Amino acid sequence: MNNKADKTNEWLFEITPKNKFFSLNFKEIWQYRDLLFLFVKRDIITVYKQTVLGPLWYLIQPLFTSITFTIIFNNVAGIKTGSIPPFLFNLAGIMVWNYFTSCLSATSDTFKSNAAIFGKVYFPRIITPLSVVISNLIKFGIQFGIFIFFYIFYYFQGTNLSLNAAIFFFPVLIAFMGILGLGLGMLISSMVTKYRDLNNLVGFGIQLLMYVSAVMYPMELIKEKLPRFGWIVQYNPLAYVIETSRYMLLNTGNISVLGLLYTMAITLTVFFGGLLVFNKTEKSFIDTV
Amino acid sequence: MKDIILKAENISKQYRLGQVGTGTLSHDLNRWWHRIRGKENPYLKIGETNDRTVKGNSDYVWALQDINFEVERGEVLGIIGKNGAGKSTLLKILSKVTAPTTGSVKSRGRIASLLEVGTGFNGEMTGRENIFLNGAILGMTKKEINSKLDEIIEFSGCERYIDTPVKRYSSGMTVRLAFAVAAFLEPEILVVDEVLAVGDADFQKKAIGKMQDVSKQGGRTVLFVSHNMAAVQKLCTKCILLRNGKFIAQGRTQDIIQQYLEESENSNAEYYFDTTASQSKIVYSKSLKIEDLDGNLMNEIPVGKPWRIRLNFIVNEKITNLIVAIGITDIHETAISSSWSLPQTLDVGNYEAFFLEETIKFNPGRYKILIGVSRGQESIEYIDAEMFLVISDVISEQGESVVNNKGGLISNQMKIYVEKN
Repeated sequence: MNNKADKTNEWLFEITPKNKFFSLNFKEIWQYRDLLFLFVKRDIITVYKQTVLGPLWYLIQPLFTSITFTIIFNNVAGIKTGSIPPFLFNLAGIMVWNYFTSCLSATSDTFKSNAAIFGKVYFPRIITPLSVVISNLIKFGIQFGIFIFFYIFYYFQGTNLSLNAAIFFFPVLIAFMGILGLGLGMLISSMVTKYRDLNNLVGFGIQLLMYVSAVMYPMELIKEKLPRFGWIVQYNPLAYVIETSRYMLLNTGNISVLGLLYTMAITLTVFFGGLLVFNKTEKSFIDTV
Repeated sequence: MKDIILKAENISKQYRLGQVGTGTLSHDLNRWWHRIRGKENPYLKIGETNDRTVKGNSDYVWALQDINFEVERGEVLGIIGKNGAGKSTLLKILSKVTAPTTGSVKSRGRIASLLEVGTGFNGEMTGRENIFLNGAILGMTKKEINSKLDEIIEFSGCERYIDTPVKRYSSGMTVRLAFAVAAFLEPEILVVDEVLAVGDADFQKKAIGKMQDVSKQGGRTVLFVSHNMAAVQKLCTKCILLRNGKFIAQGRTQDIIQQYLEESENSNAEYYFDTTASQSKIVYSKSLKIEDLDGNLMNEIPVGKPWRIRLNFIVNEKITNLIVAIGITDIHETAISSSWSLPQTLDVGNYEAFFLEETIKFNPGRYKILIGVSRGQESIEYIDAEMFLVISDVISEQGESVVNNKGGLISNQMKIYVEKN
């Protein structure tokens, strides 16, 4: 087809068996930006249509989980959280953790749950997981609001609370959490199209992961009590994000620059790896899903 | 000079048959092993023509094989062929839903597809919200949709319900709304598949009219797949005929439709059904014969001669309320008549049903036969297997046709009186 090479330049686009090794068409995504926002809108409003409590449901889950954690891990098991009220400590962890898991579990199902629509019409597939990450960010925002509410509540109760100057980097931290969830989700969703086994793994994998992600205990504690297994938490990038966000919000625990750099490296690797696999899959997943 | 807007070069699509599951891992590994050694994909060499009626040896089939064609700007191209000819696969490739296994498609315009209307409709959201969502899925921007919103709502005829959640809509209304959105898309190339199968006659007319406007006034290109030959004839300027995944012919709509109808006719008077899949049913049909009242098979029935259809079927379990029914349509699938038997109670065994036509005289031509078996309202079998009843003209001894009125489908004459008041 080389003799036609000069002619092919006139074509607007070409449909070929395979995507180029790495092609993320930003121009195309930009063209579909309205779709992205409409998907986000759909995700948000369909959650509370025909419910009495509406968006309040976003708050009920983290609040009750925090209360349960406080009773079990702090009151019964006796995990110490220093001068920070255990409830606030848990709420901060759960909030950030929830953002990650909701991104991961929703994106990891992208191809399977959207097979009907993907099978009929083309749009850049990446719009779907992206919209999930954004709508979950809004959900996170609402949950963050309730955190601020309790923060102020405890503050006026006389609890000694202080913010850390690093709080300005909190949005960056959350962005990384979203990117990690997105990357991992894209990776898994691409593989789920062929190997459904992974779907089952994600469900309980997330549950198990929570216990090694320093959600309901300070990172220090595990190193102290279980020195032999402390490395699991230490090699878990999520643990650093959660520990760091508590450091920023509540000024408790440690910040590890090395740990954060490690987290960023992992996040970017997973994200670009996920993108690569996702790109490869989107062309013909419809035949195998 | 021809203005080619879309060009397909050697498109082929291979599918794997049967359970795509654990077995794929070994094939994946084998493929990968060939690739790193710089060899060709070993599974591309095998594969058979996609003829679903013949049992094949290979697990891989070619749903499409070496399809080449060009479409000019402003042309309405019909893609016709029997079920399984590869029409939908072709449209899926053109609309970028799935990639071809080999070959490429080049385009000078945006392609929007309408493979099945209502894609991405969300039942919880209102009609208005869905117009935006659906429009965006099809590639419109919010601004474009906003500027056409009133027209879309008017075209759909769902004005009253526009702020009601779509889950409360009737299926017809959903289709109307969805088609309305799609009709106002402005891509250079519009891909349409069987949309017209739904909706009432009035809406179908509207939809066809809209598609004609799109191509004639809008100068846009339409690729249209349908089994409805009347619609194809009305809309398309050119046609492509596919058979078992292969390109058979391209040309003027009239000629290609003729070719399609000729090849799809099974002009024998006997039809034996493929029963491999249906044997576990309570009732399944084995064969169908077209014969005269003495039981002679009739390839063609002279106009006016009484005929009957003999359906042979097996009852596997005792069944009550069994109803056998027949429908007759013309070659454009416009229904002409349908008849139902009285409900019967049948024991296990081999049965024959006779459908006898004595009063209606069909004019010469080809008529399609549809057979249905049901228990009460519940359908057990519906056979739409390209079976044709062929009625032939009769020339009298005087050398004239006995049919004095060839207009229409029925030659029975009405009684006409002329009286002086």
